Amino acid sequence: MAETPHNQRRMHRTAFICLSVAIGMVGLAYASVPLYDLFCKVTGFNGTPVVRDNNASEITDRVISVRFDSNVAPGLSWSFSPEKPEVTVKLGETTTVYYKVTNTGDKPATGIATYNVQPDLAGTYFSKLECFCFTEQTLEPGETLESAVVFYVDPRLAQDSDVKDLSSITLSYTYFPSKAGKPVAEATSSTKPIAQ
Amino acid sequence: MANAADAAHADHHDHLPGFWRRWFYSTNHKDIGTLYLIFGFTAGIIGGILSIAMRLELQEPGLQFFSNPQVFNVFVTGHGLIMVFFMVMPTLIGGFGNWFIPIMIGAPDMAFPRMNNISFWLTVAAFGLMLLSLFVEGAPGSLGFGGGWTVYPPLSTVGHPGPALDFGILALHLAGAASILGAINFITTILNMRAPGMTLHKMPLFAWAMLVTAFLLLLSLPVLAGAITMLLTDRNFGTTFFDPAGGGDPVLYQHLFWFFGHPEVYIMILPAFGIVSHIISTFSKKPIFGYLGMAYAMVAIGVVGFVVWAHHMYTVGLSLQTQAYFVFATMVIAVPTGVKIFSWIATMWGGSIRFTAAMQWAVGFVFLFTVGGVTGVVLANAPVDRYMHDTYYVVAHFHYVLSLGAVFVIFAGIYYWFPKITGYVMPEWIGKLHFWIAFIGANVLFFPMHFLGLSGMPRRYADYPDAFAGWNLVSSIGSYIFFVGLFVFIGGVIYAFVRKEKAAGNPWGEGATTLEWTLSSPPPFHQFETLPRIVDTGH
Repeated sequence: MAETPHNQRRMHRTAFICLSVAIGMVGLAYASVPLYDLFCKVTGFNGTPVVRDNNASEITDRVISVRFDSNVAPGLSWSFSPEKPEVTVKLGETTTVYYKVTNTGDKPATGIATYNVQPDLAGTYFSKLECFCFTEQTLEPGETLESAVVFYVDPRLAQDSDVKDLSSITLSYTYFPSKAGKPVAEATSSTKPIAQ
Repeated sequence: MANAADAAHADHHDHLPGFWRRWFYSTNHKDIGTLYLIFGFTAGIIGGILSIAMRLELQEPGLQFFSNPQVFNVFVTGHGLIMVFFMVMPTLIGGFGNWFIPIMIGAPDMAFPRMNNISFWLTVAAFGLMLLSLFVEGAPGSLGFGGGWTVYPPLSTVGHPGPALDFGILALHLAGAASILGAINFITTILNMRAPGMTLHKMPLFAWAMLVTAFLLLLSLPVLAGAITMLLTDRNFGTTFFDPAGGGDPVLYQHLFWFFGHPEVYIMILPAFGIVSHIISTFSKKPIFGYLGMAYAMVAIGVVGFVVWAHHMYTVGLSLQTQAYFVFATMVIAVPTGVKIFSWIATMWGGSIRFTAAMQWAVGFVFLFTVGGVTGVVLANAPVDRYMHDTYYVVAHFHYVLSLGAVFVIFAGIYYWFPKITGYVMPEWIGKLHFWIAFIGANVLFFPMHFLGLSGMPRRYADYPDAFAGWNLVSSIGSYIFFVGLFVFIGGVIYAFVRKEKAAGNPWGEGATTLEWTLSSPPPFHQFETLPRIVDTGH
C-alpha cells in the first residue's frame, strides 16, 4: 500500500494547502466587496461619481447638459424633485443645484439617498464638491428640506475617446427608506405578486 | 512498498461488506463512483423531465401547460441548476473520476476514502434541499425560485421574499462543500499516490483533466459560496452587499458569480475532454496525437478561464477598453481548444478506426462541440453580443457545448467503460441506436434555436409572438426524440444485466492501453495489491 507514514504526511500537507486555498478564496470573495467599492470610487467605474475637495480645473468652452433625475423607492411617501430638470454647463465650471424633498405622508419617516451617473463611463468625470448622500434624513409630516449638489464636469472628459462626444450626463438620486429605522418590512412588502 | 498493511489488506480482499455497509458507509472509490453515476442519472432524468415540460409549453405560442408563467421560470431555473450541479458534475467528476482516477494512476483507492463518502452524501442532501425549494413559496403567490440559475439580485433579493431561494442557496452551499472536498481528494490522490514510474508527464489524459478540473473547483467554488452567502445575508439579515439603498451594487454580484461561473463551464467540459481522448485513442489503435500539447492545452484553458468572466456581462456598461480586453482574452481560449480538436482529428488520421458505440458518441462529440465552440467565438464579440445577449442563440450555444458536449461524452464514457464497471457486455447495436436517436434529436432540438435567437427571441419566457412558432415546434419535436433515446439506453442497461454476458478484462483489444484494462471486469474490490510499475509511455 502507498500509505507509508512519510506518504501519509505528504498527503495531509497537500490536503491542508488545498483547504487553505479554498478558505482563502472565500476571504477573497468578501475582500472584493470593499475593494470593488474602493475601485469604483477611485475610477468612477460603473457610474460612481467622484467626490473631490476643490475644483482645480480650468473652465473650457465645451458645453454639456447635465440632467437631474430623482426617485423615491417604494415604502416612502415623499416627493422629491430637483429645482430644474436640466442645466447646461461648461466643462470645469462649478455649478450648484438644489433638490427639494417633502414628506407628503402623515407620519415622520427616515430616508437615505444614493446617487449614480449615467452613462456609467462619465462617472469618472462627474466630480462632486458637496452632496447629500448616505446620511439619514428624518422628515416630519409636511416638512420640506432643500439639499445642494455642488459639482463640476472635469474637462478631461473631452480627451476620453469613450465619452468625448457626449451631449448630456444624467445625475440620478434615489431616496430609500432607511434600513436602520423600522420601515424596511414596509418597503419589501410592497412588492406585487408576479403571478397573473 | 509492500509491508504489513498490504498483508492485512489481503485478509479482507474480496470479502464484500453487507449491502447496507457497502452502499451507505461506502469508502471504496469504485462503489462511490457507482453511487455517483446512479445519482447523476436520476438527477438527469428529473432535470430532463423539467426541460420536456418547458418544450411542451414552448411548442406553440400562448400558455398551454403553465397557467402561471412564474412556474415556467421555476422550471427553467430548476433545470439549469439540477443539470449543472447534480447531473454533469456528479457524473463526470464524482462518477467517472472516482471510478477511474485511482485505477489509471495505479493507486489502491482515493487519498481520503471517508471524505469521499462525505462528499457523496453531502451532494445527495444538497439535491434534497434543491428539490424542497421547488415546493416552498418563492415569489409572492407562487412556489419555487424563478430567477434563473445565475440568481442575479435584485430579483433574487427583493423579488422572491419566500424561503424557496434560501433552500436553493443552502443546497448550493452543500453541493459546493461536497465538490471542494472532492477536489481536495483528487488533487491529493493525483499528486501523491501515482504508481512508481508514473510521472506527471506519463499520466493518462483523463487524470490530467481531473487534476486541472480539481484546481478550478478549488479556486472558483469558494467565490460562489461567498457570493451566495452575501445574498443570503442580504435577504435575511439586512446587509446591503448588493442593495443600492445601503451603498451596495448588484453588478458586484454578477462579477463574483461569473468569476465562478466561467471556470464552472470548463469544470463541466474538461473531464469530458479527458474521456474523449482515451476513447478516440483506443478505437483508432493509436496513442493520442500530441500528448503533452493535449495536457497543457487543458492547463491553458483552465488558467485563461479565470480571466474572461466579464464576457457574460458585456451589457452592464463596461468601458470600451474593458470590453476589448475581454473579447480578446475570450478569443484566446479558442487556441488551446483548437489544439485539442485538431489533435483528436490527428489521432484518428491514419488510425485503424473501429466505430463502436463509444467511438460514435466520441466522434459525435468532437463535431457538435466544434459547432458550439464556433458559436461561442461569435458570441465572444462584444458588439455581436449586444444583439444576441439573452436570446435563444446563447441557449443554442451553451447546449451545443454542454448538452451535446458534456452529455454526449457521459454516454460515450458509459458505453466505453460499461463492461469494466459492470462486468457485462452491452450489445454494440444498443449504443449505436441510442447514438443516432440522440444525435438526430439533439440537433433537431438545438439547431433551430440559432435561428430563433438570430431573429431576436429572448430566453426565459413562457410565451412568444406567433412569428417564432415554426422553429419552436421543430425544437420541441427534437426534445421528444432525444428523450425517447434515453429509454433505449435504460432498456440496454437492463438487457445487459439480464443477459449476463461476461466481459473480458480488456474487451477493446490492442488500443486500450490505460491501467484499468489490465484488471478483470469488474475490477476486484481492492485493486493493485502490488503496485504496477510504469516502464513504457503507454498513453
